Amino acid sequence: MQHDEVIWQVIRHKHCSFMSKISTGIFCRNPYNVTGICNRSSCPLANSRYATIRDHDGVFYLYMKTIERAHKPNDLWERVKLPKNYEKTLEVIDKHLMYWPKLLVHKIKQRLTKMTQMRIRMRKLALKTREKIMTTPRKEKKRETRREEKAEKAAVLDKAIEKELLARLENGIYDGIYNLPFNKFIETLDTDELKAEDENEEESEVEYVEANFELEEEDDIEDLGMKDYHISNDNAVDDDDDEEVNAVKEKRVRRWSKSAHEKSEKDEPGTKLKKKSRIHVEVDHEDGGERQKATF
Amino acid sequence: MGGKRKNSESEGMEGDNDGKNSNKKMKKEKTEILPSSIKNKEKRSAVHAKLKHQKKLDKRKKLKARAAAEKRALELGEEPPPKQIPRTIENTREADATVCMPDDEELFAGNDADEFSSILKHDRTPKILITTCRFNSTRGPAFISELLSVIPNAHYYKRGTYDLKKIVEYANNKEFTSIIVVHTNRREPDGLLIIGLPDGPTAHFKLSSLVLRKDIKNHGNPTSHKPELVLNNFTTRLGHRIGRLIQSLFPQDPNFQGRRVVTFHNQRDFIFFRHHRYIFETKESKQSDSKGKKAKDAKDESIAKEKVVAHLQECGPRFTLKLVNLQHGTFDTKGGEYEWVHKPEMDTSRRRFFL
Repeated sequence: MQHDEVIWQVIRHKHCSFMSKISTGIFCRNPYNVTGICNRSSCPLANSRYATIRDHDGVFYLYMKTIERAHKPNDLWERVKLPKNYEKTLEVIDKHLMYWPKLLVHKIKQRLTKMTQMRIRMRKLALKTREKIMTTPRKEKKRETRREEKAEKAAVLDKAIEKELLARLENGIYDGIYNLPFNKFIETLDTDELKAEDENEEESEVEYVEANFELEEEDDIEDLGMKDYHISNDNAVDDDDDEEVNAVKEKRVRRWSKSAHEKSEKDEPGTKLKKKSRIHVEVDHEDGGERQKATF
Repeated sequence: MGGKRKNSESEGMEGDNDGKNSNKKMKKEKTEILPSSIKNKEKRSAVHAKLKHQKKLDKRKKLKARAAAEKRALELGEEPPPKQIPRTIENTREADATVCMPDDEELFAGNDADEFSSILKHDRTPKILITTCRFNSTRGPAFISELLSVIPNAHYYKRGTYDLKKIVEYANNKEFTSIIVVHTNRREPDGLLIIGLPDGPTAHFKLSSLVLRKDIKNHGNPTSHKPELVLNNFTTRLGHRIGRLIQSLFPQDPNFQGRRVVTFHNQRDFIFFRHHRYIFETKESKQSDSKGKKAKDAKDESIAKEKVVAHLQECGPRFTLKLVNLQHGTFDTKGGEYEWVHKPEMDTSRRRFFL
């Protein structure tokens, strides 16, 4: 016998396995419940005349039960497949639940709306690609970091790269780009630097005795009458590429002349300094000349 | 104890005169007993210490003998005994059937037919699209800006919320040749996805130990020249394929005067990325100092003796890659066909490598 009131009293006040009391209210877990709330009108067990909508893999069914079938639990629910279209579904519901209580019909339609929206959302989400969250096994991670460290040490990266680059250099990949003969390049640089230094020296040392020097040289020429050498000397100052022999001769002559004149012109301290520096410069020139000869 | 009795019995059979001798033999046997089988702890540790000491002495003796032999050989002008080669993980690597030999025609034929051949044969110029995962912050953008300076003709596009498949489609339309996706986790780049276009493979790498330029001591700043590429140790078929994938990211006509070199060095399946500037120099020696005073004919000799060395200055990021999987075709997690996937059971031996 079906006694809805008795069932409801038992369910509500004694025990119901579908009821779940949480802080926000009392809810029902029964899948046939239309609203999901535990109350008299929406309890699927305590209502002998009841209808609901259920979802079977995206297809909605209208479930109805009546008191006539209450004694046959096997055929308790009458099931109607609902069309995919929302409006048509509403029509079907209206047709099947024509003389049912208006409140229940309204609840069912509300549920239908909610479920349709949910279905749309689910399909959208299914189409979207989502990032998969992976586990990070601590053991493997640690092992890999350990092995990586060791592999890096074993690789000796700088050495390996240098070796590879040198191999390429030898294979001539860099030919004509910067594969200069380094020695020659450096030597030319050296000589250039030396030249530059020489010039600097001359300039800096010439500064404070220039007048005396010129005078002295004139004296030289006048006294000894070696105009030829003087000319060659000038040349040597101008051109670094002058011949060695010439320079050496010159030096000798000049030294001799110097010694001769030192005694007579002792009262000028600048000249001595000047002369010495002068000789020094010339020696440097010789060196430079030699180097250049060696290089070319 | 049974052995002892037996021994003594056999000795007894021969004659009682040998009794003392047998005792000596017993002592010798005792030293050979494993210390772990002795139950008295004091005794056990004593025996163990003695054994260890003995081993140490033996080792030292061996070393000395070897050194002496070498010295003697040197004095006599003979060839010294061959030096022992230490066993490393590299030279005891498990044999791999796919390790390529230089005369592997099949490989070269395969290379000609693969997806990268059009780029590597200068038919197409590489054009790279760099993007990120959906959430990208802190070190991610910094890393990308450095990647942009390393890889010429690379363009950064914001990821937005686009699907990777859509991005692949877009890049195909814009005639990009590769896509690089930098994946960030917890504000730290931890993955790199390289997709060859239009139908090239997709390689997923784990990225680790990233050091950015500003954190490298004495780093240099790269020029805008096209860098040259060094790919070291890519030996197997898979390794060659990965190497070619990486090669296809960079222009095939490097500007050698830029003296920039980008290195992908494979060691034990870890691919180490480095970016350097280099310069060649002759090694300084005494000969170069006395160069000026030497005669002309001595010069040639000194040139021959001098050694050219390459000096490196690191610039740009430094990181390590490890291949997680290689997928045939462009990115497709659901229906994709994988050429190679790293599985946990591959890690069971530390001497088995795949690249």
